[in-house]
Amino acid sequence: MSKTNITRRGLMKTGAATGAGLALPTIFTSGAAAFTNEPTGSTVTLGFNVPQTGPYADEGIDELRAQQLAVEHLNGEGDGGMLNTFSSKVLDGTGILGKKVEYVTGDTQTKSDAARASAKSMIEKDGVVMINGGSSSGVAVAVQGLCQEAGIIFMAGLTHSNDTTGKDRKANGFRHFFNAYMSGAALAPVLKNAYGTDRRAYHLTADYTWGWTQQESIQASTEAIGWETVNNVMTPVGAGDFSSYIAPVLNSGADVLVLNHYGGDMINSLTQAVQFGLRDKQVNGKQFEIVVPLYSELMANGAGENIKGVYGSMNWNWQLQDEGTKAFVKSFGEKYGRPPSNSAQTCYAQTILYADAVTRAGSFEPCAVAAALEGFEFDGLGNGPTLYRAEDHQCFKDVLVMKGAENPTTEYDTLEIVEITPVDQVTYAPDHAMFGGAEASLGACNNGA
Amino acid sequence: MKFLGLSRKDTRFLIIVILLTLATPILLQPFPEGSGLATFNAGYPDLMQRFAIFGIFAIGFNILFGLTGYLSFGHAAFLGVGSYTVVWMYKLLDYNVIWGLPLAVIFSGLFALLIGYVSLRRSGIYFSILTLAFAQMSYNLAYSVLTPITNGETGLQVYGNDAQVLLGANEPTSPHFFGIVMRENFWEPTFGGWSFTFNNGYYFTAVIAIIVFYISLRIFRSPFGLMLRAIKTNQTRLNYTGINARPYTLAAFVISGMYAGLAGGLMAAMDPLAGAERMQWTASGEVVLMTILGGAGTLMGPILGAGFIKYFENIFSKINDQVLHGWFAFLPDGLEDFLIGVSHFFVGKSWHLTLGLLFMLVVIFLPGGLVEGGQRIAGLFRKKKTTGGGGDPEHHPKETPHVAE
Repeated sequence: MSKTNITRRGLMKTGAATGAGLALPTIFTSGAAAFTNEPTGSTVTLGFNVPQTGPYADEGIDELRAQQLAVEHLNGEGDGGMLNTFSSKVLDGTGILGKKVEYVTGDTQTKSDAARASAKSMIEKDGVVMINGGSSSGVAVAVQGLCQEAGIIFMAGLTHSNDTTGKDRKANGFRHFFNAYMSGAALAPVLKNAYGTDRRAYHLTADYTWGWTQQESIQASTEAIGWETVNNVMTPVGAGDFSSYIAPVLNSGADVLVLNHYGGDMINSLTQAVQFGLRDKQVNGKQFEIVVPLYSELMANGAGENIKGVYGSMNWNWQLQDEGTKAFVKSFGEKYGRPPSNSAQTCYAQTILYADAVTRAGSFEPCAVAAALEGFEFDGLGNGPTLYRAEDHQCFKDVLVMKGAENPTTEYDTLEIVEITPVDQVTYAPDHAMFGGAEASLGACNNGA
Repeated sequence: MKFLGLSRKDTRFLIIVILLTLATPILLQPFPEGSGLATFNAGYPDLMQRFAIFGIFAIGFNILFGLTGYLSFGHAAFLGVGSYTVVWMYKLLDYNVIWGLPLAVIFSGLFALLIGYVSLRRSGIYFSILTLAFAQMSYNLAYSVLTPITNGETGLQVYGNDAQVLLGANEPTSPHFFGIVMRENFWEPTFGGWSFTFNNGYYFTAVIAIIVFYISLRIFRSPFGLMLRAIKTNQTRLNYTGINARPYTLAAFVISGMYAGLAGGLMAAMDPLAGAERMQWTASGEVVLMTILGGAGTLMGPILGAGFIKYFENIFSKINDQVLHGWFAFLPDGLEDFLIGVSHFFVGKSWHLTLGLLFMLVVIFLPGGLVEGGQRIAGLFRKKKTTGGGGDPEHHPKETPHVAE
């Protein structure tokens, strides 16, 4: 910056111009907005904040596809998808409250910091009234906190940690996806039937909020059926190579390996566990088994052959036969040429649920929308009858127990549904110890400024 | 026009920097709202705060790298220490940033003293590797071992049941400076189609950025700064003359660590959450890129580099298919799809590629960074003027470039 030969006259000119600009009398259009980013024009903007890079990128990109499809359906384009099967009939394909739906996207990079930066720019620059997305619970918890402070609604996407609607629950945040506790409660009876009550489990756990709570939940529910937990080892997210964590399993005396991993991490750890020959081993006179408590189609795809016979749980699967699922799979398949994943379904459902709540409330005001969602009972979005519980903003619905298919015919049916666990079996009290106990509270809803 | 011990030229320079900083909300908003180019506007509070914060980070890094030539790959560790300190002060005392920020500077300074004392026993590549090792160690500690202090991957945040002993009944529940809430805007004027946002948090960081810029200017011009430059030029010769260079390098290391801690503290002051990924080596690498991209050893370069990278990260990564369709809608379908297909590689999730290409271009053609680019353009205009005067452009003594500019 050495050669900036600025004359005194030039400097004074610039200064004067800047001063004049600052001092110009202006019309205060901001006035008194009732809530953050109140949509005043003919459009309303939603924010889709998903990982497009990082270990959960595959999930994020599928979420984005579903969100774009939901926007089309809300605006009356396409075949309407699950709007036709949804039990609430207030959405008529004219956008939300007559405003055309637009959207902005952002990349969370599967990092809390980047996700918050991206969400902030959506709120401050693009004026979104709702943010949907967040693969990875760490990200979801961080963005949910931000939305609470800023006074907009957060419709969580793929987040499975108990904390999202437990310890870290927020009045402006809502989750449709199931959680780790539900996975444990649904899996335990199936594991008991398949592998018996005398088993020794070794846990490898992704080292963040989701991994911690899932490990805790699975440990609790498997110990309740008589299993013993040998060890629990934390692994960093996005580690890539898990061989150094898998080698010790061989000599630990364990006969079940529980992989509390997700996305690219799970693909790597499962593949390496199989390469180490774990599944061909006999320990304590029993066949060695692997369990992946949280499954997704995209992971099953990535893991290929190795997934055969491995148990896990899911929020939803495209092979279900209800009307909502069929309608959604049809319109998703026609647009993208592939069946949707369960992360896609949850994001689609969340976008529709938000639009529906706004319409029923007659306003975009966050507190009114939250009130419309609380205690809302609905059907026709693919999961059967569902309740949005008012106490913790968690959806309660059936949980699927899945197994890697022995003879898949295409790359999309690598998982088969073993059991549909009824909602009663996975329901818990809002002040459950794993969900922050009696101390956890939603706080007050925030409309922002 | 002498002021605060600065020469005439530097005073002018400082005043320009101050004016640019204060007018940032206007300068970064060149396109009217609703126009197709509005995507490129960057004048929203979060990004402006980031410009100022990473500007501070890069200014500090430049004191070490630009002056002494010691390339540290571990400065993100100090950023993290600063952030964690400030969030802990929120948790223990209250949301006023006045407690956390000075402590952030002190703690990161102490931490830098420790790391610097060990790392500076070596120079060159060994020094870089040592700092990298320390930073990765801190990152892994923050990520898993020290989870009770750092809350691991989830990030440290304030919960309703935290102590917050100083919290008053009517106090704001987000970071503030004696009641001035950081995330609030004090003025949101609109002129015709343009709308501007004047944010408390941005001006708070901007004022601090100006102060630390002034301090760095003084360091550059001081005998101490001259000594640091001597270390960069020829440390062996310095040793032969009987001068022990290590206290000087250590001082520079600690000062730049304190700058990084301040930047980290400010990040937490704008957004009350501290994540471990702030300490990852990619964050350390980013500040190296910023400094080199802008021009290492120059006063203004690191700030430009910081702005450049943050702009790409936040603006280019958000251009999606919908936006692209909006731009190319006037073209025939086949051509539109082709252009969107090509653009795919450069925007949205592929913004890293665009940044990488530009970085390569800058390093190959402008080794002095963006500042050199500016100087060359300025030089072009000057040459035109002088050739008109009839002098012989080939025969005159070349000006020796000042290393600090």
